[in-house]
Amino acid sequence: MNAPERSRSLFRFAAPHNFYPLAGRLAPWFAAAALVLTLAGLWLGLFVAPTDATQGEVYRVIFIHVPAAWMSMFVYLMMAFWSGVGLVMNTRLSFIMSQALAPTGAMFCFVALWTGALWGKPTWGAYWVWDARLTSQLLLLFLYFGFIALTRAIEDPRRADRAGAIIALVGAVNVPIIYFSVQWWNTLHQGASVSVTKAPSMATTMLVGMLVMAIAAWMYTIAVVLWRARSMILERERHTEWVGAVLEREMQAKGGRA
Amino acid sequence: MLSTFLAVLRRDLLLAWRGRADVLVTLAFFVIVVCLFPFGVGAEPNQLRAIAPGVLWVAALLACLLSLHRLFAQDYSDGTLEQLLLSSEPAALWVTAKVLAFWLSTGLPVVAVAPGLALLLDLEQGALPVLVLSLALGTPILGLLGAVGAALTLGLRGGGMLLALLVLPLFVPVLIFGAGAVEAEMSGTGAAAHLLLLGGGLAGALALAPWACAAALRISTD
Amino acid sequence: MLEAHDLACLKGDRLLFRELAFCLQAGDLLRVAGPNGVGKTSLLRLVTGLALPEAGEIRWQGASIRREREAFHRELLYLGHAPAINDLLSPLENLRFACAAAGDDSDEASCTRALERIGLADQLDLPSRVLSQGQRRRVGLARLFLSARRALWVLDEPFTALDVNAVADLAQALSEHCAGGGMVMLTTHQDAPFTRTPRVLDVGAYAC
Repeated sequence: MNAPERSRSLFRFAAPHNFYPLAGRLAPWFAAAALVLTLAGLWLGLFVAPTDATQGEVYRVIFIHVPAAWMSMFVYLMMAFWSGVGLVMNTRLSFIMSQALAPTGAMFCFVALWTGALWGKPTWGAYWVWDARLTSQLLLLFLYFGFIALTRAIEDPRRADRAGAIIALVGAVNVPIIYFSVQWWNTLHQGASVSVTKAPSMATTMLVGMLVMAIAAWMYTIAVVLWRARSMILERERHTEWVGAVLEREMQAKGGRA
Repeated sequence: MLSTFLAVLRRDLLLAWRGRADVLVTLAFFVIVVCLFPFGVGAEPNQLRAIAPGVLWVAALLACLLSLHRLFAQDYSDGTLEQLLLSSEPAALWVTAKVLAFWLSTGLPVVAVAPGLALLLDLEQGALPVLVLSLALGTPILGLLGAVGAALTLGLRGGGMLLALLVLPLFVPVLIFGAGAVEAEMSGTGAAAHLLLLGGGLAGALALAPWACAAALRISTD
Repeated sequence: MLEAHDLACLKGDRLLFRELAFCLQAGDLLRVAGPNGVGKTSLLRLVTGLALPEAGEIRWQGASIRREREAFHRELLYLGHAPAINDLLSPLENLRFACAAAGDDSDEASCTRALERIGLADQLDLPSRVLSQGQRRRVGLARLFLSARRALWVLDEPFTALDVNAVADLAQALSEHCAGGGMVMLTTHQDAPFTRTPRVLDVGAYAC
């Protein structure tokens, strides 16, 4: 396949009516992979990995906490990436992708905070300490909320797309600055605390379990985002002929089964 | 090019002067918020002195935030914004002029009354110059970042709260370094590093925010 | 020359019109017609570059207005629904700012003459909030007398709220601009006494 043909074929999937069936075919596979990997990761994390010498069984929360924290940051980067692509190439699907990613990113962010608090109580003696990582995570959650609130508040979809893209990019530029400043602030204000990632002497099984859970989180994200993007496409293109045809087919399929 | 910049700056300052009640309301808000803290946390001088930099900075930040929506709202509703966007001059230029006028009419008065309020909280006199300097460097950053948020939320229902949600997380680094500068001065470690970082932040915001704001204005008027 | 090809305009999730095309030559006066809500104002905003078309392209002197935005805007004068008048400023201050913002150098004397010519000699220094609707519109229209060198005038309902004399005056000014090689594109529901009958672009014909 030579270069121009390839780029044309990529653009073909960038058109919503081509993406819609493709996403429908792919999503169940990613969902199945997510399920299998989650079960495997939890089994590794909860039963196979050894008990930690200093923290006991409590540390096992990292098998959810750390992949969720990683994922929440990756998802924000991907949102910013799709936003940039959308602004430059003016492709509707890019904006749909970035908006479909946001709720999942916010969810992972919240899970990371929640599990961090549960881990903090036995480790630090408090559900919340203003640890640099937790605080950055909290601010990231606010950035997600801002993006979601802005895109929901604007009724015109095109303005919502592009306004959301701007705030996602502004946020992405600021995330490292926020992270650095919070770290600086933390070292001045906070005494030494047990750092979240410096779990002493990570056993190989722990690492493998965490990686499996991280890949499971990726698979889950891809599956959910594909499904969410599909329903956003249907909603936005409901006046077009191809959506009418799709809906009719699905109605018939349901009728046939009944 | 300079003439457009100056025309926008002159007009916005003139408007701020004719609508100076708004500026006074912002200042009164700043003063009242600071005065609330002793009622909330108690008037024990040592405690007040310890929290003074943070209180003054948070109050200044909120005063800025509350006046941000004024930055483009009037021009948006009366059509001036469309005319400015049709100017053959780069939009980032007059956006900078508008933010500068906004800062001169809102930020600068806040900076000017801050030392007086600092005395209410019994802040060390030696830390006053650093307080003024940190506010003078930090509040323009708030204006520049806030302008992007104000541009994105133009004409939206509940735009004020949304604006707060969008820009407050972005304000956190400014707050950390601004209040941190005063605390560092009080603790004797010196505020130079904080002030340099604030200066760097101002340079970065000045270089990037007007472009983002101009793009946001084009999107909001589409 | 202003050309539009294959324009489509989306408002919310509704397609207002599509495959709209027109061409404007030097000396042309084009009236954009059609019932309310058909997209006349939206079309004018597309032409100015304030709004993005869903499909299609607009060219000024052969170059896309998105690519050559600054060059195009130097040649464009747009007066929209909102007259861009700030209540706290006087008509003279408003007019001088409008010119300066657009990038025109206009001194106080020429702005005063323009306002006097449009019939606001007595209101030069009053705050604009005391002006009537028609007077506000006139402040905006005064820019026409200062922007003759801008080739393309795009006017959204310029005759609204004007009295009979002012309508005749404005129609004459527009006719003169066209006679001098300029172009005018406007929307109106009124019959105005132009010296030459304007061409009509019916947006309703392209409605979806």
